[in-house]
Amino acid sequence: MTLLSLSGVSFAYAAGKTVLHGIDLAVRDGGNLGIVGESGSGKTTLLKLLLGLERASAGTVSFRGAPLDARDRGFMLGFRRSVQAVFQDPYSSLDPRQRVSDIVAEPLRSLKIGTDIAEAVAQALRDVDLPPDAAGRYPHEFSGGQRQRIAIARAIVARPALIVADEVVSALDLTTRTRIIDLMRALSTRTTFVVVSHDIALVALLCERLVVLEKGRIVEEGATREILARPSHPYTQRLLASTPRMPARG
Amino acid sequence: MSGHDAMVSGNGRARKAALPWPLAVGGLLVGLHIVVALLTLVWTPYGVGDMAGGRLEAPSLAHWAGTDRLGRDLMTQIMIGSRIALLVGCGAVALGALIGVTIGILAAFATRTLDDVLAAALDILIAFPTLLLAMLIVASSDGASLGTAILAIGIAGSAIVARLTRILAKRVLAMDYITAARVAGTGWPGIARIHVLPNIWPTLIVNFALQFGLAVIAEASLSYLGLGAPPPNASWGRLLQEAQASVYTAPFGAIAPGIALVSLVIGLNLFADGLRDAADPTRRRSR
Amino acid sequence: MSTLLSVENLEIRTAGRVLVSGVSFSITAGERVGLIGESGSGKSLTALAVLGLLPDSMRASGSVLMDGRQIVGARDRDLVPLRGRSVAAVFQEPMTALDPLMRIGGQVGEVVRRRAARDGRKPGRAEVDAQVTALLERVALPEPGRVARAFPHEISGGQRQRAAIAMALACRPKLLIADEPTTALDVTTQAEILKLMEGLVRDEGMGLLFISHDLPVVATVAERALVMRRGELIEEGAVEPLFDRPAHPYTEGLVAAARAFDAALETAP
Repeated sequence: MTLLSLSGVSFAYAAGKTVLHGIDLAVRDGGNLGIVGESGSGKTTLLKLLLGLERASAGTVSFRGAPLDARDRGFMLGFRRSVQAVFQDPYSSLDPRQRVSDIVAEPLRSLKIGTDIAEAVAQALRDVDLPPDAAGRYPHEFSGGQRQRIAIARAIVARPALIVADEVVSALDLTTRTRIIDLMRALSTRTTFVVVSHDIALVALLCERLVVLEKGRIVEEGATREILARPSHPYTQRLLASTPRMPARG
Repeated sequence: MSGHDAMVSGNGRARKAALPWPLAVGGLLVGLHIVVALLTLVWTPYGVGDMAGGRLEAPSLAHWAGTDRLGRDLMTQIMIGSRIALLVGCGAVALGALIGVTIGILAAFATRTLDDVLAAALDILIAFPTLLLAMLIVASSDGASLGTAILAIGIAGSAIVARLTRILAKRVLAMDYITAARVAGTGWPGIARIHVLPNIWPTLIVNFALQFGLAVIAEASLSYLGLGAPPPNASWGRLLQEAQASVYTAPFGAIAPGIALVSLVIGLNLFADGLRDAADPTRRRSR
Repeated sequence: MSTLLSVENLEIRTAGRVLVSGVSFSITAGERVGLIGESGSGKSLTALAVLGLLPDSMRASGSVLMDGRQIVGARDRDLVPLRGRSVAAVFQEPMTALDPLMRIGGQVGEVVRRRAARDGRKPGRAEVDAQVTALLERVALPEPGRVARAFPHEISGGQRQRAAIAMALACRPKLLIADEPTTALDVTTQAEILKLMEGLVRDEGMGLLFISHDLPVVATVAERALVMRRGELIEEGAVEPLFDRPAHPYTEGLVAAARAFDAALETAP
């Protein structure tokens, strides 16, 4: 089933600079989707459109077949319950003055999800492998990787159908990165991820399908396996060739 | 890079319990004035209007700060002056905070055009001298009173509070946790209450303490010019003004209220400094 | 080969905490060495100590011999001639290395002039301009004339990093220290910069100390690698055998993680 879809979406800032041109994209249930792009590709703007944080200049963004309408509160409530996000910087994405329990509970409270909040928060923290006593502590008491786990707990607590993950590991150390990827893989069984990144290897690790974005346009899309094996667009080819590899085993 | 990371991962619980000295000294000075102000509600050395001694007497055991030109006890008047200063300061800061924080938050959340208009209006208000504002308010009401002083100083201060609130709130609104809150379905009022206010509060409190000091000075200035609280409210500003004529023959008439004023203002400023250090975790940890 | 940099038992402390301890390594002329470490490993502090640029709050002890001169404990004034002639550095964020209010050409020109002054010469304007253009061409900047007239914010991140490299080269150093120089760049730009740096270092016969958390990146530019963890040097060796058969479990973990990313890109037929 198609959760989110963009058809003919363009986006221009007030200053007149167009950053996305005629994007067609469908995010379906089951099977993660990767969006690969470098700086200037428009991936940040695309992410904001997917999350309903910006309005498209042209074209439509639809959720379960109905166009997003920021004024329809009931509809937006359903949308937000289904679509959550994790951001790049684990230091600025958690309010430093809130306890972890309040951070993780925010979607439950704001989206008026009638459930035992304490129990749901405890479950979310278990799901991301954080100790139960984490709930009473503040973000600065945690490392970068643990903070990203808190952010993931906040994203899954409302049991959304879709989580948009924006460069979630790029601020982390290599070993921490691997653990967060493993966690996201484990969570992929119950929710779909849209993984937005400049790192094609990360996207390949997590996503069955991917789209390659260059200068505001989708230049290639399809099954990850196919694209890696036979990249058809020169930009994709260059991206793959530029990704540094480990020396071959001797 | 690594140094920064090491600091962040350091356990934030390792806080020092020691009270920073500006907070202690400032608190002591301000506390003294509060105690004296409360004391005047039940007891003063003499009645405020009593001509209890000779004219312009020097300080003595009977009159710690001497007497004024009508033979009234100066210590009594200075003690009551503490009450006036604190009352006007509290009132003005409360009023300034209420108006200022509200406007500042609105401006931070406003669309670009409205924000520009509000910012320009605040700049004009800040450039407007408090005294002129006070005169306008006194002129448009029944005359000078404690209320007009509070109103004038409060409104003048609110512009500064509003501008600071706007800048601080805008900085918070640029953080990822605000985007995260929007995705979590929190509306603008919720974001202001849950995320913006708690994050700007510590800096605002420090500013309120500084504003309090400015308000005390402003109150003294207004009273000095006769635009403050009328007699029998013994404001320090009025005591200074009355002592001016005899400043060469009886300098204590000016020095004593001066000491009272300076000690309260310094106390408030030290207290604000100490609060700033206590509120800022990075400063606290580097100690 | 003569030893260019020799670090012996380096220790860095601050306020009673030891940040780096017992680090010893050396770099010979023309050798390309990678320094691998995650955040908090002390890799950047080690680089700063080699440059004599540690913050005042930190104390270094042990020995850092750069081109025969002792850096540890030396006065900053005595180190100034050493920086540039013996060692130059490129950092992660090129914007911080460049003066935002000065045109690129002017900044590179200043280094060229300083370099000439050290040799007791005072080059004319035309000569400086010619050298600046040559340097900008050397780092493969397109339209060197336009870039020379541009302010740092008017060019892209990759171009800024090239300009920063040009400034480092203008000193003709014997050792180039690069601290995460490509971390802030796009992958495609990173590939270009890495290629450029490797070529330049090889052509000029410079030594290179390349600091990074990224193993494949280190593998592309370095012949030998050092691995740091929590302020200590835990392993070192030629890149290929090191990544093939890491001795320390920590290195093993890093290698396995890096290989997992590689494997994701491999497509089984």
